[in-house]
Amino acid sequence: MPEICRIGDRVRAQARDRGGHTRLPRYVRGHEGTIVAVHCSSLLPDRVVAGDAGDREPVYAVRFDSAELWGVPGHTVTIELWQSYLELP
Amino acid sequence: MSHVHTDEPDSPAHRGRVLERLLEEAGVVTGAELDAFLDRLPATSSPANGARIVARAWSDDEFRQRLLDDGAAAIAELGYSVGGGPAVVLRVVENTEQVHNVVVCTLCSCYPLALLGPSPSWYKSDAYRARVVRDPRGVLAEFGYFPNEHVTINVLDANAETRYLVLPRRPAGTDGLSEEGLAKLVTRRGLIGTAAV
Repeated sequence: MPEICRIGDRVRAQARDRGGHTRLPRYVRGHEGTIVAVHCSSLLPDRVVAGDAGDREPVYAVRFDSAELWGVPGHTVTIELWQSYLELP
Repeated sequence: MSHVHTDEPDSPAHRGRVLERLLEEAGVVTGAELDAFLDRLPATSSPANGARIVARAWSDDEFRQRLLDDGAAAIAELGYSVGGGPAVVLRVVENTEQVHNVVVCTLCSCYPLALLGPSPSWYKSDAYRARVVRDPRGVLAEFGYFPNEHVTINVLDANAETRYLVLPRRPAGTDGLSEEGLAKLVTRRGLIGTAAV
């Protein structure tokens, strides 16, 4: 799966419930962040546990401001998100 | 600890024993293999490894740059590997005057075991995992660490295949120290980011 995002792009973590195992934590869902690195390419855990691994896909380091996540400024949270977890804002 | 009853059916220790027995019965592992692994772990996996890597980075600026560019390749120069299979990536994050990094795994307890040894119990606690992403300064204060107000705290959630190692800032007044002397200053909490060094 090709990369559709680049460093510096703004992205939003999908808000919808993924309905099973996922590595998309609830606290970032629906929030916007900035891609700070393209980390690697790997299988989507949600599909791996379902026995249908699919293709490798890009995993991005996405940085969120605390004001966006918690309504309080002062820190950032950087988390890795598979491309399938992201949408363009 | 008197309230912990490890023989209760739903206790982690009991579940661990049942799992071990089932794996042995299925021929997946033998008790001898498990014992050998547990004996080897403290001998090869310890925060002293992370401290040695940091001391080299403080002493050798070119190594420091290689470490930040490609952690796995740089630590291999010192004979280390992050382990965990080919998918696992090591990312070394450098503290600066502007940014202090602190590591958590909110979904489970991912941790660079080979470089830091078994993780401390607080790292695996629900309280640390839930709170440090939300109020890192409050959590750091409970560890007795108070970064300057102008420093941005960057929390790294190790939720995927990347394992993080924090490269602390070299303390002032350590110019004369050897690499060995520098390594002694580095703590496990410094390598996770819940202390300055």
